[in-house]
Amino acid sequence: MATNQIGKPQNRVDGRDKVTGQARYAAEFNVKDLAYGVVVSSAIAKGRIKEMDTSEALRVEGVLEVFTSENRPKLASYDTSFQDEDAPPGSPFRPLFNRDVLFNMQPIALVVAETYELARYAASLVKVEYETEEYATDFEKERPNAYVPEEYKSTTPPDPWGKPETALKEAEHKVAEEYSHPSQHHNPMEMHATTAVWEGDGRITVYDKIQGVLNSQEYIMGVFGLAKEDVRVLSPFVGGAFGSGLRPQYQLFMAVMATLELKRSVRVALTRPQMFSFGHRPKTVQQLSLGAAADGTLEAVVHHVFAETSRFEDYSEDVIIWPGVLYKCDNVKVSHKLVGLDVYTPLDMRAPGGTTGIYALECAIDELSYKVGMDPVEFRLKNYSVRDQNEDKPFSSKELRECYRQGAELFGWKDRKPQPRSMREGHNLIGWGVANGAWEATQKPSGAKAVLTKEGKLTVSSATADIGTGTYTIMSQIAAECMGLPIEAVEFKLGDSSLPQSPLEGGSWTASTVGSAVKLVCEKLGEKLLELAQESDDSPFKEAGIEEVEFTDGQMRLKENSSVAIPLTQLLRDNKKDNIQVEAESKPSDEQENYSPYSHSAVFVEVKVDEDLGTIKVTRVVTAVAGGRILNPKTARSQILGGVVWGIGMALEEESVMDHQYGRFINHDLAEYHVPVNADVHDVEVIFVDEEDSIVNPLGVKGLGEIGIVSVAPAIANAVYHATGKRVRDLPITLDKVM
Amino acid sequence: MKPFTYTRADDVTSAVSEVSRQEGAKVIAGGTNLLDLMKIDVMQPRHLVDITRLALTTIEKTAEGGLLLGALATNADTAYHEQVEQRYPLLSHAILAGATAQLRNKATDAGNLLQRTRCYYFYDTHTACNKREPGTGCSAIHGYNRNHAILGHSEHCIATHPSDMAVALAALEARIHVTGPQGERTIPIADFHRLPGDTPEKDTNLADDEIITAIELSPKGFARHYTYLKNRDRASYAFALVSVAVGLDMEGDTIQEARIALGGVAHKPWRNPEAEALLTGKKASRENFQPVADAYVHGAKGFEHNSFKIELARRSIVRALMQAAHVDQNSNGN
Repeated sequence: MATNQIGKPQNRVDGRDKVTGQARYAAEFNVKDLAYGVVVSSAIAKGRIKEMDTSEALRVEGVLEVFTSENRPKLASYDTSFQDEDAPPGSPFRPLFNRDVLFNMQPIALVVAETYELARYAASLVKVEYETEEYATDFEKERPNAYVPEEYKSTTPPDPWGKPETALKEAEHKVAEEYSHPSQHHNPMEMHATTAVWEGDGRITVYDKIQGVLNSQEYIMGVFGLAKEDVRVLSPFVGGAFGSGLRPQYQLFMAVMATLELKRSVRVALTRPQMFSFGHRPKTVQQLSLGAAADGTLEAVVHHVFAETSRFEDYSEDVIIWPGVLYKCDNVKVSHKLVGLDVYTPLDMRAPGGTTGIYALECAIDELSYKVGMDPVEFRLKNYSVRDQNEDKPFSSKELRECYRQGAELFGWKDRKPQPRSMREGHNLIGWGVANGAWEATQKPSGAKAVLTKEGKLTVSSATADIGTGTYTIMSQIAAECMGLPIEAVEFKLGDSSLPQSPLEGGSWTASTVGSAVKLVCEKLGEKLLELAQESDDSPFKEAGIEEVEFTDGQMRLKENSSVAIPLTQLLRDNKKDNIQVEAESKPSDEQENYSPYSHSAVFVEVKVDEDLGTIKVTRVVTAVAGGRILNPKTARSQILGGVVWGIGMALEEESVMDHQYGRFINHDLAEYHVPVNADVHDVEVIFVDEEDSIVNPLGVKGLGEIGIVSVAPAIANAVYHATGKRVRDLPITLDKVM
Repeated sequence: MKPFTYTRADDVTSAVSEVSRQEGAKVIAGGTNLLDLMKIDVMQPRHLVDITRLALTTIEKTAEGGLLLGALATNADTAYHEQVEQRYPLLSHAILAGATAQLRNKATDAGNLLQRTRCYYFYDTHTACNKREPGTGCSAIHGYNRNHAILGHSEHCIATHPSDMAVALAALEARIHVTGPQGERTIPIADFHRLPGDTPEKDTNLADDEIITAIELSPKGFARHYTYLKNRDRASYAFALVSVAVGLDMEGDTIQEARIALGGVAHKPWRNPEAEALLTGKKASRENFQPVADAYVHGAKGFEHNSFKIELARRSIVRALMQAAHVDQNSNGN
């Protein structure tokens, strides 16, 4: 492996395509006779459609059809047919199923026309009369009715250990507080869209915005009764998704339905307001009671979670695992209850449960550190954990101490004055805060295929996705390194349901999962090349085992004697092969079962808070990450930077505001739903500490999609406290809460 | 978006006649707000008169020594114009505190004055809004009202005017030149925007058949003592929660004249000449600024999510005056 591709700050292999507009997204595939669908959304939160008058819309010249619950085609009737790979327990929403309205902005009709403009205009002419019913969208009002679901989508809360109540009662120092964050929407730059192409004879090709083409394919097969060979789903580029593309969204249903009915290609793209009509990070309230001994030993953690879900699915995420992961504590009790509302089902959003649970726990831990009178970093180190107490297993690796050390040093933490309101600059109060975080480093089974041509071109493929994270690039690097080829000779293909199976791109597992499959398939390719060489009796490789050869500089050669070498192109030509193909399926090792694999981070934040006006500026962030082996420091850094930026948004800006007069999210555009702008983001430093992990997967990588965000919001909240002496326990921390 | 017809005017006269001839006609220039609103059916003009070809883009000195901003000068060209930067830095700063570079490149000065409110309910046609659909009610009063008014609101509407530029123009006492079928007239900025009263659908006193041709600045630019202070929920591309435009005329540390206009608090840029007069002849100091700030928010009434604006306005006025007067914050009991 002498090309040293892994660990190189390789530019994105798809970068040029992206910046020159060559990379095409779901709504950009233009085909002949394409028709355009526009979704009509409900104006009420709950009730029934009494009457829908589509006649005026249908009279508009160029309108092809208006689909409603009355004229839709026959669909599958079982819940299981609508349940996708990421579906929570329950009965999934079925678009146009009947006249019932289950949530506000529910899709209730699809207008299809010759042009987008005509469809949009005709959609405005659809007249709907509703019978409204009482609805509940006020979380606090419904909280007394919170319930334990029959089945958790997330980890079932572990049984308590130790004697949490007693330990809490006897603890010298205590914190008992409630923390909350509002509903938040993913809002990727690219809005959800599907172009369904009619191929004739009941066959379709579908370009969908999705984090896993196989999920869309299965959904289409289940709902519309199509055979696998009749539906191919492609998603070569995704303009951000952050979890919103884990489940097939209703534009996929709409486009496919219209295409099958009209026997004509149809595109459906959602509008920005409609991006607020489906899954979101659920509003969550957390009660945390912590106790510590006089010397700072964490004695007890009691963590109760109340989180929003819909009336038809029990969504839950891993909010309660963090006390067992982040700290050593002998007395822990957790619970997770759901609050049913008349809204769409929440949906995994970057580090689902992690951003939520770690936010509350890391704020409470910070509060406790002040009560104990210990430096917040010292306090965390004092209660450092080397075992996952939920699973009672050791971590596969954990270089968090090093994260604290390097992060604190770069940040200059030693100069911090411990007292709140003790650092200032003119009318700005300065605050320094810290938080640590973790995220699971999972490996899933995945397939991959490799094709090497006699021209020396290597194509590796898997049905995974690249949601902007750099999958194309790092997989190309892994393949190039394994086969000793320049990266230009390697092409990685993804986002096509005809490719070898791969799980959804989510959970930070793609680098480890697909990366391991790519490594494995390349190893198999190597073996096959050696076998090929050994077919001729006079081959100098005749007696060599695979461990005795290496692939480098486009050649296969003996490790012990590099003069015994053959270019791969020549090897194929000599054996009259146009190409060699191999497929492989990688699986997590049995050894992993004995360990708990997590990535870790420590985040240090400086804020400046205007004492009079309450405006908060995050002036410095240092984030130190222990994420295993870093495949590409450049794309890795971008991942972490993105997480930090989003963490700033979560802490200070983001909120989907529910108006209870209408049961409707009301700030449904990017002018009023605030995410950070460039001017909100100042110095951000990313450190990757060295971390070797031979257990987590064959590559030793941990994945970086989520570790970057998890501890940013609490570090900011803790810095705001240090600056102002005010604990704001409900996000976002807007100026009115601190002024 | 509803179908509409479109014509392009070649001169002011033909633009005015087009606008007055066609019922439901609207003028379009930069289109940075109108087109958004048309796409979501909040505004449904049946006819658009494109005035982008009119010769109204120049910025030139007036005979009185002031400055005349052509209606079609872009926000960016105005903010970076040498005369504006040097003589009216308050205006320049206010413009640059608004929107984004891309929007400012496209948006015109007259269009800036005519932009519609950012009330969430005004933007959502599935909710009641007296400004969008008179008589349907105001959803904001009992709804989410974080960016809404604390001053001058009515039971029919609590929306705010979102412009930053207009706040500076209010402090500068600009005059708006308009042309209609009956000829030209000039409207002082204070009378240009309206309070909602029982006709919140009317943002301004510009008649339906009139168009703005220019914005006139008097020679008084307050270039030595000025501040535009904008508080918002993020550092850029967010509308003001409370903004303050201050221009001071000072001799030594004595204030000869003070102008203060607030943004984000009312249906129009908010002036209070009586409160301003409290500063005439006074020394610039926190002690003297505080009563002015109190007077400005006297009678203010907040709602569930925006009551904080009253105190924020008070503190912002003091801060802005201190900055404009170059009073050292820390030597004044801060």
